[in-house]
Amino acid sequence: MLRALIALLLTLSFISTANAQDATTPDRSATGGAQTLDDILARQRGENVDNSFRSQATGDPDSAAGMAEQLGTLGGASDPELWRALRFDTAEVRASNKGPAATVLIQDGGMRWLRFREGPLATYGAYLLIGTLVLLALFYLIRGRITIDGEKTGHKILRFKMIERFGHWLLAGSFILLGLTGLISLFGRKVLIPAFGHEAFAFLAVGSKWVHNNVSWAFMLGLVMVFVMWVIHNLPDRTDINWLLKGGGIFSKGHPPAKKFNAGQKMIFWSVIVLGTSISVSGLSLLFPFEINMFAATFAKLNALGISGALGLGELREVLAPHEEMQYAQLWHAMMSFLMMAVILAHIYIGTVGMEGAADAMTSGEVEEQWAREHHSLWVEEVMDKNTGTSDTPPAQ
Amino acid sequence: MKAMMLAFLAVAVIAVGSNVVLKQAGFSSQDRTSSSSVRLDN
Repeated sequence: MLRALIALLLTLSFISTANAQDATTPDRSATGGAQTLDDILARQRGENVDNSFRSQATGDPDSAAGMAEQLGTLGGASDPELWRALRFDTAEVRASNKGPAATVLIQDGGMRWLRFREGPLATYGAYLLIGTLVLLALFYLIRGRITIDGEKTGHKILRFKMIERFGHWLLAGSFILLGLTGLISLFGRKVLIPAFGHEAFAFLAVGSKWVHNNVSWAFMLGLVMVFVMWVIHNLPDRTDINWLLKGGGIFSKGHPPAKKFNAGQKMIFWSVIVLGTSISVSGLSLLFPFEINMFAATFAKLNALGISGALGLGELREVLAPHEEMQYAQLWHAMMSFLMMAVILAHIYIGTVGMEGAADAMTSGEVEEQWAREHHSLWVEEVMDKNTGTSDTPPAQ
Repeated sequence: MKAMMLAFLAVAVIAVGSNVVLKQAGFSSQDRTSSSSVRLDN
């Protein structure tokens, strides 16, 4: 009776093991454990194939034949196993080159990066920028230029001091240069080389790289200046709710009251600060290759907090090759830059052709009093109160 | 407009300056990846 019970349990356990194997690992006995035609076809269909049956098949030094025996000098790993270890970056490689990436002989993640960079990144990035321009053109056609409603007074009010305008243009000028040279770098192989040829692009690429690497410091300095000068005016307050509820008065008559910056400008400000900081940090990581590695640590945190799971990304890899750190930094840098470019296109539109009197604030620094009363009524009151307290003459008349 | 022109000038000056500083900072691929026995620029 006991024997029968043990036999039954053993049989059941074999069945369950067999089932588990069927469910998780395909039968590769026909190829001796190597990949099968089904694996290759699945990969070609773009499906995720569990590579562990290859990445872990890198030989076993412990069961190596003696040195004098046949194949003994291979140390327990056949040539294919050695190549697999190199491909999956588990081989013990020593190099006289002291660079951190020197011991990675085959960088398996590079192809995924290359495909994403010239595929979805470039395509959706271009859609975003073109889409933003189309929306702005439509907005201009429907709404037209936002003009000053009331009669102009001829009085001017100082809106931005010299140092504020300097900081703004330091950030703006460098961002435009960085945006253009970044786009040249991203779309070089796909668009510019087919259009203008290798020689013309080589010249452009070398210049773009120089400008992009060196102008970045002006951008970071401008970002810090703008943050320090304007953060106090960009903290959210009650007026923002009213401003947002009225849609900024864009499609209605009259303007909701606003302080120095309205809710729309505050959103631009915080977008620039958050995206600009993210672009700066990832940019620094790219400026000093392999020195600042952030992604493995970030992925580990996202895994630990369960954020990657909640976003449906599964378990993110916590060990990355040095190149992969750079590749993720490049992708992140480009994605954040595309977002910032879209935001800035809208900012440039509303600051120039989109609104009468807006550009004065950043060129001469002085705005028409009527413009200020319509768009920043609470700020005008503040300025007037301050001036009547100290002097009778309005500033910068 | 003066602030704008000054800022654009500053962008140029910072770019040229940072290029000089970075060249001497020892972060070029040559400096980072080769040992003293390698003479790439000779």
